[in-house]
Amino acid sequence: MYSLVALGFVLIYKASGVFNFAQGAMVFFAALTFVSLVERGVNFWLALLITLAVMVVLGMAIEKVVLRPLVNQPPITLFMATIGLTFVLEGLSQLAWGSQPHGLDLGIKDVPMEWLAQSTGMFISQFDLFASGIAAVLVASLALFFQYTRIGRALRAVADDHQAAQAVGIPLKNIWAIVWAVAGFVALVAGLMWGARNGVQYALTFIALKALPVLILGGFDSVLGAIVGGLIIGASEKLAEVYIGPMVGGGIESWFAYVIALLFLLVRPQGLFGEKIIDRV
Amino acid sequence: MNRTTLAITLAAAVGFSGGAFAQAKEQFVPANFYWVGPYAPGGSGIAGGMIDYFKMINARDGGVNGVKFTWEKCETEYNNARGVECYERSKKHPPTGATLIHPLSTGITYSLIEKGTADKIPIVSVGYGRTDAADGRVFPYIFPMITTYWSQNTAKIKFMGMKAGGMDKLKGKKIVNLYHDSAYGKETIPVLDAQAKIYGFQVTHLAVPHPGNEQQAQWLQIRQIRPDWVILRGWGVMNPTALKSAQRAGYPREQIIGVWWSGAEEDVIPAGDAAKGYIAAGFNVSGSNYAVVKDIEKHVYAKGNGEMNDKSRVGSIYYNRGVVFGIVTVEAVRKAQERYGKGKSMTGEQVRWGLENLDLNEGYLKKLGATGFMQPLKLSCMDHEGGGQVKFQQWDGTKWNVITDWIASDQSLVRPMIEASAAQYAKEKGITLRDCSKEK
Repeated sequence: MYSLVALGFVLIYKASGVFNFAQGAMVFFAALTFVSLVERGVNFWLALLITLAVMVVLGMAIEKVVLRPLVNQPPITLFMATIGLTFVLEGLSQLAWGSQPHGLDLGIKDVPMEWLAQSTGMFISQFDLFASGIAAVLVASLALFFQYTRIGRALRAVADDHQAAQAVGIPLKNIWAIVWAVAGFVALVAGLMWGARNGVQYALTFIALKALPVLILGGFDSVLGAIVGGLIIGASEKLAEVYIGPMVGGGIESWFAYVIALLFLLVRPQGLFGEKIIDRV
Repeated sequence: MNRTTLAITLAAAVGFSGGAFAQAKEQFVPANFYWVGPYAPGGSGIAGGMIDYFKMINARDGGVNGVKFTWEKCETEYNNARGVECYERSKKHPPTGATLIHPLSTGITYSLIEKGTADKIPIVSVGYGRTDAADGRVFPYIFPMITTYWSQNTAKIKFMGMKAGGMDKLKGKKIVNLYHDSAYGKETIPVLDAQAKIYGFQVTHLAVPHPGNEQQAQWLQIRQIRPDWVILRGWGVMNPTALKSAQRAGYPREQIIGVWWSGAEEDVIPAGDAAKGYIAAGFNVSGSNYAVVKDIEKHVYAKGNGEMNDKSRVGSIYYNRGVVFGIVTVEAVRKAQERYGKGKSMTGEQVRWGLENLDLNEGYLKKLGATGFMQPLKLSCMDHEGGGQVKFQQWDGTKWNVITDWIASDQSLVRPMIEASAAQYAKEKGITLRDCSKEK
């Protein structure tokens, strides 16, 4: 589940070298738009299509209004712009659809499969398997996209150096618009999964903060890293809460993930699968 | 008329109107709540109920003895720093400063205890806040009214005893206290520990970090403990997440008992089927079939003047709780006017007297159209709580159904704990206890 959110970050980072702080707000915006449409009587699939269209338009608008004026600016400037974007999207979502929480039923059972629970003692639901399947499909598609398509290679070139990419004729505006639109799609998928699990409400935006240690661990520019990082962070914070938590009063999982990320930074700054950056001095 | 005469005339007119404004018969109550962020459903519902009640009193009765209620909204985002900022901004508002403040956050309440006391502005925390502030001798301006967390908790244990067939049957039972890792969440740990010793049950406290949207680890522990009951002390997203996680862990929702901040429609609807059977405590009930709510619909909503954009929320748990906030505010002002002058705007200090002499008995509640809507209430200098009873309700998938009458809390346990804790606070702060026998 964490990986689904982390994927959106990786996508933007791979294509533009920017850590998109607004990814959590995009997840919230997408899920809230979808569920609000469904509650107003719009057919499920039509609502999905409309929300997808909204996210694509939003991605393109972000490129035009926020990013285009900042081409060739240092990454920290772009990062700050995404922080501002977070507040705009959070406010816009609540202004448009209200601040009430909503239930979201995707029709997939989120109760433990009895036969599995009885035979192995593991409580895994159909929903868990479905979410894993979705994450796997997304990872495979994105990996192939970045590795083997013309646009994917162009995206990686842009991430390496905006100016150099422009110099060899890569249309930066189009590339960024595409990648933000795809990130919007990933946000929609993540929003639907998390929304179905916990309800669609403002707290969805906090999930993005959990993606940060996942990315530090897996590597900011690695799709595979997002998955592996998500698994490691998810498992270790839960184990820490269960086994270390009782010794220190509990409630440690919210910051334990960052401790792991910090320790990892000391040993392997580029993350497990991140590209090692060597600067000539 | 030459320019000088005109200027003098204008100045006099402005002076006169200013003076008239200062004499305006208004009673200002800050609306320091939250309409955005993770806890907005609670904040917006309660704010809507309270403001709509003021609007109804202004429209139907012309205010209290001709003094109309005014308010100003300030967004606290359930954040302590913002809450203090809103308090500072609103405390000197004309004509008499803030009548009283509803901080709607235990954390903000804690931050305002000393400020409110110094500024002589009552800090009213209905159903939340610092429990030992119920001792009015130590906390003259703090009012954790109606039912404190500790009282509520003893009523919950009583409810569990009723279900088990007697309080003696609680011996050897296991209870998990799943709490929001905040000042609010931790508030009941001492009373639960004390009750565990008295009744012989085993209690395990499990913290859930803010905001509470990840609870797999806690529910894994609950699976290992196999408790007879889980007390859900959540807020916001923590509540539906707990219910969904309980479903995934195979834990029956009928054995989860929520605090009243876990027992609104907004807490169960996002959880869908996972919430069916879940039980929650309440110091107010839901429903719009009460005279007081009908009056709001008639005098406010029928004229298109309602505070809630989504009118279906009128009569919900949070909305009705806001109406309760409105009732205690208006009646405290009315009581204060009886002593300090009918038709006058009251100061915070005067309203404090009104609160300490508030007596909303059954007959009075009937007059207000609130019979069964809230419990009878009588405060004093000694006792800033006043009620201490709880009803329990169960979610059937579409609505809350009240499943008990008012259950009294165990004051023989709670009150000595309150006094001991308040005395400790007084000692630390060098506070001399008020002599309540001298308070008239």
